[in-house]
Amino acid sequence: MAHRWGMVIDLDRCTGCEACVAACHAENNIATVGDAEAARGRAMHWIHVERYWDGEFPNVRVGFRPIPCQQCDAAPCEPVCPTYASYHNADGLNAQVYNRCIGTRYCANACPYTVRFFNWFNPVWDKPLNLQFNPDVSVREVGVMEKCTFCIQRIKAAEIKAEMEKREMKDGEFSPACVQTCPAGAMVFGDLDDPASMISRFSNSVRGTKLLSEVGAFPKVTYLERESSHGNE
Amino acid sequence: MATNSAAQANVIDLKSDQIRQDLLRPVFHTSRRYYALVFVLIALGLPGVFAYLYQISNGMGVAGITRPVFWGFYITNFVFWIGISHAGTLISAILRLVNATWRRPVTRCAEAITVFALAIGAQYPIIHLGRSWLFFWLIPYPSERGIWPNFRSPLLWDFFAISTYITGSLIFLLLPIIPDWAMVRDRATGLRKRIYAILSLGWRGTPREWHRLEVAMRVMAVVIIPVAVSVHTIVSWDFAMAPVPMWHSTVFGPYFVAGAIFSGIAALIIAMALIRKFLHLEDYLKPIHFDNLGKLLLLFSLLWLYFIFSERLTVWYGNQTSEMAAFWSIQRGPFAVPFWTMVFCNFLIPFPILAIKKLRTITGTVIASSTIVVGMWLERFLIVVPPLEHKYLPYDWGNYHPTWVEIAITAGTLMGMILFYVLFVKFVPIISIWELKGGKRTEPVADQAHASVSSAAMRLDSTLPSGNG
Repeated sequence: MAHRWGMVIDLDRCTGCEACVAACHAENNIATVGDAEAARGRAMHWIHVERYWDGEFPNVRVGFRPIPCQQCDAAPCEPVCPTYASYHNADGLNAQVYNRCIGTRYCANACPYTVRFFNWFNPVWDKPLNLQFNPDVSVREVGVMEKCTFCIQRIKAAEIKAEMEKREMKDGEFSPACVQTCPAGAMVFGDLDDPASMISRFSNSVRGTKLLSEVGAFPKVTYLERESSHGNE
Repeated sequence: MATNSAAQANVIDLKSDQIRQDLLRPVFHTSRRYYALVFVLIALGLPGVFAYLYQISNGMGVAGITRPVFWGFYITNFVFWIGISHAGTLISAILRLVNATWRRPVTRCAEAITVFALAIGAQYPIIHLGRSWLFFWLIPYPSERGIWPNFRSPLLWDFFAISTYITGSLIFLLLPIIPDWAMVRDRATGLRKRIYAILSLGWRGTPREWHRLEVAMRVMAVVIIPVAVSVHTIVSWDFAMAPVPMWHSTVFGPYFVAGAIFSGIAALIIAMALIRKFLHLEDYLKPIHFDNLGKLLLLFSLLWLYFIFSERLTVWYGNQTSEMAAFWSIQRGPFAVPFWTMVFCNFLIPFPILAIKKLRTITGTVIASSTIVVGMWLERFLIVVPPLEHKYLPYDWGNYHPTWVEIAITAGTLMGMILFYVLFVKFVPIISIWELKGGKRTEPVADQAHASVSSAAMRLDSTLPSGNG
């Protein structure tokens, strides 16, 4: 049975600690590019926390927004790929097939959220990260695009487990590494097609917004805006 | 353009033998200076080849492109060269269709630019690939991978558009060369004769052959015009189809086509002036050719101004936050210098030169053309890079600084283009001899063989739609 995986991020709870970023790196074998390359903007963080400041000093308020791939329903990255490396899978995820990617980087330009990352060089890992690869995730070679997969390896593992036990998948049975790690509990993951799931209830919250909804990509990540952001503090 | 074609038909008043001698000279005689030039071009181009190999072995990262500016010099050059290619075939086809007699010495120079600029431009999407060695996955062929390429992708449209255009342009260039190659064959000896015998496909100059050539050229001239227009429209869609602020614009199609023809005519004028000087063809490429093309260039300079004005006015008036970031970075931010240089190069300098009759000389049009070529390259750069630097989320804004790899490859392909052209001039009479002689209606024919050439060429003219109407 197909699912429609989605995520809710509560900006009121996010502390900007970036534990999600570290967890994502560990889970998905993401290369560390080093200081110099990172300074050129080539760091690869499938989820990154954007910081925005509101107001003038001293009345400054900082806001954090963790941005993974928004797994759009009408993803601009998909139609532009000439080789179907970027495609929509049955669960509504924007999958990336590394072996099909020839590196046109068109998808990364088309993505309004800039959440696609290119392997400018063959991947390297700072020691001792090279000793803790996740065996369930392939490493990517130079010249291909990569991005957040909603931890598809965990989705597949849970699917197989449910199938072996001859049952439906349960809400909250598993979650991507970032959601699992978040110490503030700011992130929720689940099936948007299941009306009883926690994520369905959160997605319909009055605080719920989509990032850059004016672009019309219909993202599956919902942000719960900060309650106080409408007031003056 | 062809209103006074009768007067212009006599632009070239030389004897047939003289024409043949002048125009075949570069094919048969090679000076030491020529070898030196070829050597210099290869030497200047080699760093580009080295840079490309370096990029393949080390990874795309040796170029300056980064996140979020995933496209830089390579795509700029791609659009630029495909633009340059629009001079030739398109202009030549239009001039043939309206039967502008003054076109005769111009067409082949122009068509050659198209073919070579396309050959150069088509390299760039491959050079720019993260995995260049897999570029053939764009080609729809039944493979063990079991999938077709994605026909929804503008990059695939590019592939089809450019391969169609280069095939068409090559045919359009080669067809009228056949009689000239036959002429070389008839005068050559030894190995050269054998090579040109193969190249001229057994051309004998029978009325039937002339008739077929005439029909083929007429069909090609009609077919190639929509192809040329569609090619640069599709190139513009690489940008316009993506939801990137300032890319997502409906004006891009015609804007790119006009810009392409604009830069193409400029390149043609430069090439013609160089050919005229170095091959001593002063009697063939005359001030009137530069004057006529200069007028065309003037028209496109105005068109370019109109397009860039309407593009930028609508963005400014619409005042969308996401677009204004890129807009102001171009108007008065870090890209202001290239922007205003572009305005100077594309309009403020060429406009008075081309508008004032006294200044529209050979030197004048060449100066205007040189600034236009630079200005149009800047225009392509300003279309590609600043919008990518300023996409929607300010946190993800970034900068682009090209590295030596991109600069070496850019310079290398420029040298490659010149080298192709220089070699072409050596193997092909750069001015179509039979067409030129066909234009000399009053010229008494020298011998039987040439009579068939002249009469067939005249028939070609009379069957084409007249531009006088």
